[in-house]
Amino acid sequence: MWMLENAFIIPLIPAISFVVILLFGKRFIGPDRVHVVGITALGLVWVLSALAAFQWTQRVEHPPPDAVVQMASHADDHADDHADDHADDHADDHADDHVVVSENNSGDAHGGGHSSPLIRPVISTFSQWWSNGGIEFSVGTLVDGLTVLLLIVVASISLLVHIYSTEYVKDDRRYVHYYAFLSLFTAAMLFFVMAQNIVQLIVGWELVGVCSFVLIGHWWEEKPNTDAALKAFLTNRVGDIGLLVGIIVLWGTFQTFDIDAINTLIAADPGAHHLALLVAACCLMAAVASKSGQFPLHTWLPDAMAGPTPVSALIHAATMVVAGVYMIARLYPVFYEGLSVGTSSINLMAFIGGFTALIGAALAFAQWDIKKVLAYSTVSQLGYMVMALGVGAWTAAIFHLFTHAFFKACLFLGAGSVSHAAHHTFDMRKMGGLKKDMPHTYRTFVISSLALAGIFPFAGFWSKDEILLGSLVGQKNSYPLMLIFGCVVAVMTAAYMTRVIWYTFHGEFRGEGHPHESPKMMTTPLWILAGMAVIAGVFNLPGPVLEPFGLEGLAHRIQTYVEPSVYLSGLGLSHPDPSLTMALVGLALAVSGIVVTYLYYWRRVGLHGMTERNRYAKNGYTFLENKYYLDHLYNDVIVETVKRPIANWANRVNQNVLDRVVDRAGETARDTGRWIYKWIDQGAIDGSVNAAARGADSSGEGLRAIQSGKIQNYGQLLFGSAAVLAIVFVIVV
Amino acid sequence: MLLNQFLILGAVLFAIGVYGVLARRNGVMVLMSIELMLNAVNINLVAFGVQHGVVSGQVFAVFVIAVAAAEVGVGLAIVLLLYRNRRSINVEDFDLMRG
Repeated sequence: MWMLENAFIIPLIPAISFVVILLFGKRFIGPDRVHVVGITALGLVWVLSALAAFQWTQRVEHPPPDAVVQMASHADDHADDHADDHADDHADDHADDHVVVSENNSGDAHGGGHSSPLIRPVISTFSQWWSNGGIEFSVGTLVDGLTVLLLIVVASISLLVHIYSTEYVKDDRRYVHYYAFLSLFTAAMLFFVMAQNIVQLIVGWELVGVCSFVLIGHWWEEKPNTDAALKAFLTNRVGDIGLLVGIIVLWGTFQTFDIDAINTLIAADPGAHHLALLVAACCLMAAVASKSGQFPLHTWLPDAMAGPTPVSALIHAATMVVAGVYMIARLYPVFYEGLSVGTSSINLMAFIGGFTALIGAALAFAQWDIKKVLAYSTVSQLGYMVMALGVGAWTAAIFHLFTHAFFKACLFLGAGSVSHAAHHTFDMRKMGGLKKDMPHTYRTFVISSLALAGIFPFAGFWSKDEILLGSLVGQKNSYPLMLIFGCVVAVMTAAYMTRVIWYTFHGEFRGEGHPHESPKMMTTPLWILAGMAVIAGVFNLPGPVLEPFGLEGLAHRIQTYVEPSVYLSGLGLSHPDPSLTMALVGLALAVSGIVVTYLYYWRRVGLHGMTERNRYAKNGYTFLENKYYLDHLYNDVIVETVKRPIANWANRVNQNVLDRVVDRAGETARDTGRWIYKWIDQGAIDGSVNAAARGADSSGEGLRAIQSGKIQNYGQLLFGSAAVLAIVFVIVV
Repeated sequence: MLLNQFLILGAVLFAIGVYGVLARRNGVMVLMSIELMLNAVNINLVAFGVQHGVVSGQVFAVFVIAVAAAEVGVGLAIVLLLYRNRRSINVEDFDLMRG
């Protein structure tokens, strides 16, 4: 378990790599070789992350005695507290689950109910960071299944993006800075996922934000890129206020920043502090909305595509944008209790997630920029994850996070490969027919699109199915609205990805020049990611799928290893049974989306040109093209209405108060200066200097008479004074 | 005593020399007055030497005579050069160092 206790080494490696590249990159290593440092560091990180993951599975399989928690008493409390709103049998069910911690109950009515004991996370506190007014801020790491899952995801994608970038940003004028900030980002993200308390969480959260800002604005010579970077940064600041307030509320409630302590306290007594948790959850949702691109703060994410494509793949598709999802998952008891996920049939988190999934998917149809289609797809899929968390399907959300990271990174890198080949354009109107020129890119792109659309047996199918199932079953009540959202989005996702493939790879080539396949350094990461897009689903296969092969012991591995049941079972979180019907419906929806789009584009069936003929359709399209006018709302309405009165008022304050103060200060200073000049400088100092000079002058004038230049006068003086001295001498002696 | 008369002679000679140095206008006369003062000193030296019964007084007197010869040589050369440049040996005329 050495790696789990010393997990801090993992973010330390890319942090060192960042310093080395930044300080020695240009002079000593050479600008064309800095990627070696980054790739070496990331390779090391990947190995250590894999080691940590392995050790975590060992800890779950063969738990040391101190890692197991007996939760029986907690379950009793739970039953008492929720006797009014939780059915008794439900609570009893759970009490049974917790008491029999080591019994293998995979055949239980709970489907993938907890078949393993409740494993505590590995928490290492290194030292007190600082203390203020008796509050101690410690620093340390918290490693559990969720952490090691994110470690693997971040390390894998980051490593592949490092390799891919050696070609993609080759000969860039800021190659060194590019790799330095990739390293810093990786370090920050790894630090973030193993934060032991919420203060560390903020540090990681802001660090990844600033790396995102820097890398979006990588080519800052062009104004739109700078604007996009600023927009991302400022939009995130809006949410960060929510994060700060939420964390302060949590501290006020529990008097601790410790994640483990907060989760344990809530799990031990789920009914208490409902109002405080509601406030905290709503504030934290604002942070999630900004970081994970949820409605209404998602507008920065498509603009963030101004950055280099590998950065979009790493930061704005696979890792940083899931920070919000990760935070919900990490502090899940807060959200679960605060928003009453278990007992309601609609709540803020589920609605925001579902709504975001829907509007993101709708926007993806109206975009011509391939990266923006993928960006809206990311918004939509993040909405899916948040929705899954909102309906209580914790494992489904994290499973989807896991699979989505691979196939969406693959799609982004594929888009980068297309642009690399086709004269650095992302406009799909200038592509088309690239299928035969770029076979590797085409195949990996199609595989990942199928995974995203949720086609059997690709990775997305399994995770999407679990989310839909989670919405169908819910916890105490089902979430019908979320199920509808999810189903509609499933159709739309399949349809817009088919549209992208049509415009990019099929039909006639509409651009200039001769497109060509990208070099091996770019296609190899594509194939690795495509491979993951195919097989990532096996990590959480439902039991019935594996039973025919006699492998039911391998079912629900993510649920077994990753889910922090030590917190969640105290809340009474249950898992739905796998449902063949739901899987078939989900598959049918995705296939129907593909088929309709296929007929529309390939066979020219359907209402072509409807946006030109029909006024309502045209209006709808314009509405989508302008992204629901959200940017206009933010810039023209909110910013203007806030800005103009503030500006006027500020101007008045400036003119009347500040300027007057400044003027008065200036006048006073001027008068003082004059007085000092007149009386002190001219009077005292110059006067004394002049007086000294005049004294010297007049004394010189007086003594000048003696200096006649005549030797005899001198002689007279000499002998006269000698005579006088002699007389004095005689008289005195 | 005999010594007093020598000392009075020396003092008188010295006073006359001082007067000559301060009052005469002729540079050569000034030099000669300086010789008077030096010889007044010589008389004193010899007189004190006799008084104490030692010869060092007379030795010093011989030294002074030798130095005075050198001094008057240099002095007369200066006067000669002054005369060549200014056509005058009146010390009143030489006040270049006047303040």
